[in-house]
Amino acid sequence: MGMMKLFRIRGGVHPQGRKSLSADQPIRDVPLPDLLHVPLQQHAGQPAEAVVKKGDLVLKGQVIAVGQGRISAPVHAPTSGTVVGLGRYTAPHPSGLPGRTITIRPDGKDAWADLPSPMDPFECEPGVIAKRVAESGIVGMGGAAFPSAVKLDLGRRFDLHTLIINGAECEPYLTCDDRLMREHPDEIVDGVRIMAHALGVERIVIAVEGNKPLAIRALAHASKDVSTIMIQEVPARYPMGSEKHLTQTLIGKETPARGLTAEIGVVVHNVATAMAVRDAVRFGRPLISRVVTVSGEGISNPGNFRTPIGTPVRHLIDHAGGLRGEPARLLLGGPMMGQPLADMKAPIVKGTNGILALADLPPTVAQNPCIRCASCVDACPCGLVPLEMSAAIRKEDMARATHLGLMDCIGCGSCAYVCPSSIPLVQYFNYAKGKITKQQRAEHKQMETKRLAEARTERMERVQREKREAMAQRKAAQTRTKPERSETQQDQDGEEVSA
Amino acid sequence: MIIAILSLAVLGLGLGLMLGFASKYLKVEAGALVREISDMLPGSQCGQCGFPGCGPAAEAVAGGQAPVTLCPPGGPSLALALANKLGVSADLSGMEEHIPKVAFINERLCIGCTKCFKRCPTDALVGANRQIHVVIRDACTGCGKCVEVCPTESVQLREEPETLESWHWPKPQELPAAS
Repeated sequence: MGMMKLFRIRGGVHPQGRKSLSADQPIRDVPLPDLLHVPLQQHAGQPAEAVVKKGDLVLKGQVIAVGQGRISAPVHAPTSGTVVGLGRYTAPHPSGLPGRTITIRPDGKDAWADLPSPMDPFECEPGVIAKRVAESGIVGMGGAAFPSAVKLDLGRRFDLHTLIINGAECEPYLTCDDRLMREHPDEIVDGVRIMAHALGVERIVIAVEGNKPLAIRALAHASKDVSTIMIQEVPARYPMGSEKHLTQTLIGKETPARGLTAEIGVVVHNVATAMAVRDAVRFGRPLISRVVTVSGEGISNPGNFRTPIGTPVRHLIDHAGGLRGEPARLLLGGPMMGQPLADMKAPIVKGTNGILALADLPPTVAQNPCIRCASCVDACPCGLVPLEMSAAIRKEDMARATHLGLMDCIGCGSCAYVCPSSIPLVQYFNYAKGKITKQQRAEHKQMETKRLAEARTERMERVQREKREAMAQRKAAQTRTKPERSETQQDQDGEEVSA
Repeated sequence: MIIAILSLAVLGLGLGLMLGFASKYLKVEAGALVREISDMLPGSQCGQCGFPGCGPAAEAVAGGQAPVTLCPPGGPSLALALANKLGVSADLSGMEEHIPKVAFINERLCIGCTKCFKRCPTDALVGANRQIHVVIRDACTGCGKCVEVCPTESVQLREEPETLESWHWPKPQELPAAS
């Protein structure tokens, strides 16, 4: 147990935990569904590119799509079977729009592919660990799904002093990290040490909210012989699990706006990510399954399930005893930051930490006008002024909203949670962020259009000029040697096309 | 009386001379604004605004004969930039509803005649003789020049489909006005 001095963060709320629904349910395996739908975009950054064809036989853990660009992650087959589809399938996204997906029909053998050989992490160079993590397709499993290898390589660019392991799990209902810490503390501690070695830091803090005493005890026991690790209890207060706020609580320093925690010497990883890193390094196993909490008043038997990536949500819910009546709302993730699920056929992906069926529906239309009580200002953990921002967005004044700090909003939902008028503040911010991105994309396209048009005009002029010059030459040649005419007759039409 | 006439005459003469000098030495080049505006326009000469090209369109905008919202490929962001430049307010209401369109080639009908991509102002079409042509959606401005020349009507303009990347949350419904 740690005895660090903790620092207060501003704002935050105390929603009801409701974790008891699933906190005492041990992690169970989910039987394989008939079809696994594995999306190519499960991470922040560029989508992966498929390297299998329809009809291919794949083995468990085999690479089926490779990462593209610097911020990306490969995708592996969650089990052995046949690739039956390579196309578009409903994505786990509030729009319910389809995304590129590889569909696999499991053959039931669950046969492993040849995995990369296990390595001794403390014998090898830090860069080798990051490389293995990248090859294993590991992304941040707390929800943001940022490729972990990129974050494990930050030691090269920044002067780091602390690795924080995020076991806060501040969202209500979710218990997957809690169960993982209680059931696999030794594996997590091992993974955390591997990560610290990759980053080259000496000091490790594993932060767990005070509402998970059993997890804290388990981790403390597992790490009692490791002097560099400190298990630190942090107050249960939402959004403690936001990496910038957790860092501020523990270190006392605020991360620069829109910057990285690495700029103040800290890297934050999730506990489940630590476990995945250990599996990848010690056993060569890629990230092909994760623990998902299925909970909420609308679920018959809430619990925590080790689920293969690509399992349809409906299959998982059926396995948790099915729905209890028609739920008011189905969510991917926690109730504060989770996204509504448009269709139950959408698959579980690397960043899915929970499936919630909620009985009561939060309002999507403001119930009353804003009374300027400033409760949202008090609740905002980022020090913003939600009421002013939403007023600007209502008037479509995106410039003012940006000036007020829209881009510093982490979308935690604390403001909407405390609003006495039930104004859907976060939806205003999401709308504005989307609108601004769209506008930037349009501006970019316009610049590209201009470039293309200029390039074309230039090319056309060049072709014309060359034609004229060729004509002039031909004429000159003709005047010199009059008799021969046939050889220069070709080449009059074809030129325009070739460029 | 004489003093008043004289002083007013001198004042008039002085100010007149000042204006005369100002118009001569501080002259604003007439083409400067037009050139600046034409630099802001996409320059693809697509003709969607109804003017023969971006140059005439820039003249019309500078002269006030055309609204700042004239350019569909530029979209609302260009309209706002133009409005800023000219110091006028932009009415974007018509623009929000304008859904950008892109060319689409029906591969069953395409005969590979190469006519469309010779006309494309942004090289958004690729292909070769007797090969099916393809539209690069990101480069297409939806000007429709390819549609005009296609002999088999295989090129059509279609609304750009919503994708996971382009989708964003809708604006929350407004509270109905209190009665």
